[in-house]
Amino acid sequence: MQTFGWPEAMFIFRAAGWTLLLTAISFVIGSLLGGAFAIMRLSRIKLVRNFAAGYILVIQSIPVLMVLFMSYYGLSIIGIELPPFFAASASLAVYVSAYLAEIWRGSIESVPFQQWEASASLAHTPAQTYRYVILPQAVRISLPPTVGFLVQLVKNTSIVSVVGFVELSRAGQLVNNATFQAFQVFSLVAVIYFAICFPLSRLSRHLEKVMNASRSH
Amino acid sequence: MPAVLIDDVHKSFGKLEVLKGVSLNVETGQVVALIGRSGSGKSTLLRCINGLEAINSGRIEVAGHAVEQDQKKLRELRKDVGIVFQSYNLFPHLTVGQNIMLSPRITQNVPQAQAEKLARDVLAQVGLSEKFDSYPDNLSGGQQQRVAIARSLAMQPKVMLFDEVTSALDPELTGEVLLVMEKLAKDGMTMLLVTHEMNFARNVASTTVFMHQGKIWESGPSQEVFGNPQTPELRNFVSAGTK
Repeated sequence: MQTFGWPEAMFIFRAAGWTLLLTAISFVIGSLLGGAFAIMRLSRIKLVRNFAAGYILVIQSIPVLMVLFMSYYGLSIIGIELPPFFAASASLAVYVSAYLAEIWRGSIESVPFQQWEASASLAHTPAQTYRYVILPQAVRISLPPTVGFLVQLVKNTSIVSVVGFVELSRAGQLVNNATFQAFQVFSLVAVIYFAICFPLSRLSRHLEKVMNASRSH
Repeated sequence: MPAVLIDDVHKSFGKLEVLKGVSLNVETGQVVALIGRSGSGKSTLLRCINGLEAINSGRIEVAGHAVEQDQKKLRELRKDVGIVFQSYNLFPHLTVGQNIMLSPRITQNVPQAQAEKLARDVLAQVGLSEKFDSYPDNLSGGQQQRVAIARSLAMQPKVMLFDEVTSALDPELTGEVLLVMEKLAKDGMTMLLVTHEMNFARNVASTTVFMHQGKIWESGPSQEVFGNPQTPELRNFVSAGTK
């Protein structure tokens, strides 16, 4: 039987790298998609608005696990074989996009409508109004919940272990299966999650304080 | 041609008819005060003039632009027609200087250096030169409103609309805003203002228009409208307002 030593710990650290990479990729792609859906959700064109609302509703109403199964196993039935990392990033990105779209839509809507009116009255185009007036304010409002969501995402990446992708949680499981030193193994895994999430949580808390302090009305 | 031409304008919100056939001309350089009770339609009329509200029928022309719901034409109109709101509506994430420079820069492609000079000029005009780098949150209500006026002036408008611009202010801050507006009026700006400041209307506006139930009930030279109201409605309104 193996004992829990440096090689095992290094294995877990490397897997933590994958967790970070997976988080980063799905967050970046999810952000781009989510931003687009947030704006579409507020479009003046009803069809666009409804499409975005439908997408968000569907994705938010099914567990991310099902999205993962569909992209990994479902697509393989029709002949599309996605590598686990790709299926995992794509599924998480889809999940991220639906939640960020809602967070950001809310942030955009919480900018008082008088700001839109003032901007329009100064002869700005709708695009200029977004770019110079609404989005800078919406981004500030959305920062704390967005970072908060990122913390959730770091932890939720563990779900991709079910399609055989070895990230931090899965690595812990594998090492435990070989060493049966569950306490040491999972303590290390927990400490690593904490080391990633704690600074982010603090950042979110800090941003919230800063935003509250500078809120005007 | 008058600076503002309003011809038989009707406007409804759902079933509620707010403007029931309003006609009014404002000549270049004229200062017109719109007075009346809440709900008389005066603010709605003002908002129709720069297209913030669409009218149901009738015709409005301002500074040579017909008001229609074509967004591009509306933008052309809004370059010539400034509006100042009750709640100032400065952009809180920008400094005073940036608030003022933004629109000339992005809508008229004014170069940075020139925009800055323009901003400093209009800020001086409202007596707030030293606030160029301040954020709106650090200004009093009266100062914010003066910045809002300066922001509109930087677009070099031909007509200025004021929508109850002192209603959100403490009495001691009202004066400084009215002073700025009085100076503008003296400099020959064409102004249309919705106001509850009866003394200001009487002394600064050349014409006062009393609106009641969505119509122009009475209008004329301000001294006459206040000094010798013809209708009982205006008489009541004036006596209630000056008590």
